[in-house]
Amino acid sequence: MTDEEISTEILLDHYRNPHNYGQIEDANEKLIEFNPVCGDTVQITIRIENDVVTDIKFIGRGCSVSQGSASMLTDKVKGMNIGEIKKINQEDILNMLGLKLGPSREKCALLSLNALHKCISNHEKKTHGGN
Amino acid sequence: MLSWQQIKGDFPLLINKGKNLIFLDNAATTQKPKQVIDAIVDYYTNWNSNVRRGIYRLSEEATDHYEKSRENISNFIGSSDPRQLAFVRNTTEALNLLAYSMGHNLHEGDEILLTIMEHHSNIVPWQFLQEKGVKLKFADINEDGTLDMEDFRNKLTRKTKVVSVTHCSNLLGTINDAAELAKLAHDNGSLFILDGAQSVPHMPVDVEKLDCDFLAFSGHKMLGPMGIGVLYGKYDLLNGLPPFNGGGEMISQVYTDHSTYADAPEKFEAGTPNVEGAIGLSAAVDYLRNIGMDEVRSHEKDLISYTLKKEEEHHIDILKSYGPRDMEKRGGIYTFNLGEFNPLSMSEGLINEQIRVGSNVHPHDVATGLDSSNVAVRAGHHCAMPLTHRLNVVATSRASYYIYNSREDVDLLFESLEKIRRLYA
Ligand SMILES: Cc1ncc(COP(=O)(O)O)c(C=O)c1O
Repeated sequence: MTDEEISTEILLDHYRNPHNYGQIEDANEKLIEFNPVCGDTVQITIRIENDVVTDIKFIGRGCSVSQGSASMLTDKVKGMNIGEIKKINQEDILNMLGLKLGPSREKCALLSLNALHKCISNHEKKTHGGN
Repeated sequence: MLSWQQIKGDFPLLINKGKNLIFLDNAATTQKPKQVIDAIVDYYTNWNSNVRRGIYRLSEEATDHYEKSRENISNFIGSSDPRQLAFVRNTTEALNLLAYSMGHNLHEGDEILLTIMEHHSNIVPWQFLQEKGVKLKFADINEDGTLDMEDFRNKLTRKTKVVSVTHCSNLLGTINDAAELAKLAHDNGSLFILDGAQSVPHMPVDVEKLDCDFLAFSGHKMLGPMGIGVLYGKYDLLNGLPPFNGGGEMISQVYTDHSTYADAPEKFEAGTPNVEGAIGLSAAVDYLRNIGMDEVRSHEKDLISYTLKKEEEHHIDILKSYGPRDMEKRGGIYTFNLGEFNPLSMSEGLINEQIRVGSNVHPHDVATGLDSSNVAVRAGHHCAMPLTHRLNVVATSRASYYIYNSREDVDLLFESLEKIRRLYA
């Protein structure tokens, strides 16, 4: 198998059997992100204690790229502090997927990261008064 | 008659790409034959100058080419008078022009009847008139994707001033009975507009036989260049509309406080027109006429019936396709899903953890998968969101055919779909 095929297989595995699927009852942030162009949707619930993500889950619907990357991202950020999470950028996500995506599919890949960043910024507004 | 294989040889892009491109996105735009490309090069090499302005010979020659193009295209759609054709940018601009100009004479409580299968360009411009209290109504479809004629009749009321309908749906491929709809509209005293974006390129269209008051279509969907389209209107109706854009060419006299306008079609062609586009579209019309529009239609009919036959043979368990299966009512458009994704209602949808997608393949993944087999299709809502939602899905994939496609292309489409299905199983 080529690297690309292995990456596709990993992504599809996450798509068929997503990790961290569901929602956290005692979440301190909950957010739904939606791509109006294709209808891809993810909801993130997150538990943050002392600036560390102690738990995170997602529910969603959409293509393998949007849902598979949500599964991989939630794995990745569990246990990270919010300063580290804020530094995750587009390139990190594309590297995580390991796939060559055209510009239209990159939007799918970034859906869950956008949702996560919004969660973090909402949380900061509440706890640090907006800084 | 030319052979369809020979036809493919006229398209430089298709020759260059060879086996790396099976182009099945013709409802979005078509490729261009060298005859069209040559006509544009010829214009810039031999005739370029501004039209209608110069008193010198070159300008007169350019004007002559521009007006001959209008005449040629006018003949192509069965219009007996070339003054009934205004050149615009595309179907979208033609429909915006109509909504804007007709809007002057529409008042609160007046109704516009559309159908649920309209492209956004035949919805949004009319929505602008809602501000004045004009009401939009949408005739529904039947289960088989044909227009619900009973619903259409019920929604056609004394208040209906305008009926605007697509001749062929860019998503379902449904061919509407334009002559019948025109008659119903006229018997009701309503004006009848036909969106010909998906019909003029693919089948014989005769505006006088259909008796439509206005017709809009785009050059780029019928082998012509981008940026040129046509608004046809029965002369008195077209000339009776207030102008759309103001500026040069569309006026008769200009004073500092008011102006008088030129007659149609100049009235609707403010500013320097797309002369290259008109000449290119005229060359495209020559090309299509040389094949024969009846031949074009039967070739596409063959491809779509072959597609539906293949669909039954392959019997991919999760494949669902949309649109009429009666070939007389179906254009060369095949829209489908490998497992459906229904829209979520934001308030309650995500609470339910049962919404897992399982082995369904999202249209984006279908299109990417097909692309890796060199098959280019479109995935999304195809600028027909109300229809996509009416079908209760978030998106669909679409293959749309034209003269250079063949049964082998359809074979490849289904082989690739099988592969994708296996990958996601
Ligand atoms: C039925 C229909 N109407 C209108 C349009 C708009 O055409 P254009 O983008 O050329 O203005 C399209 C193109 O997708 C179409 O399919």
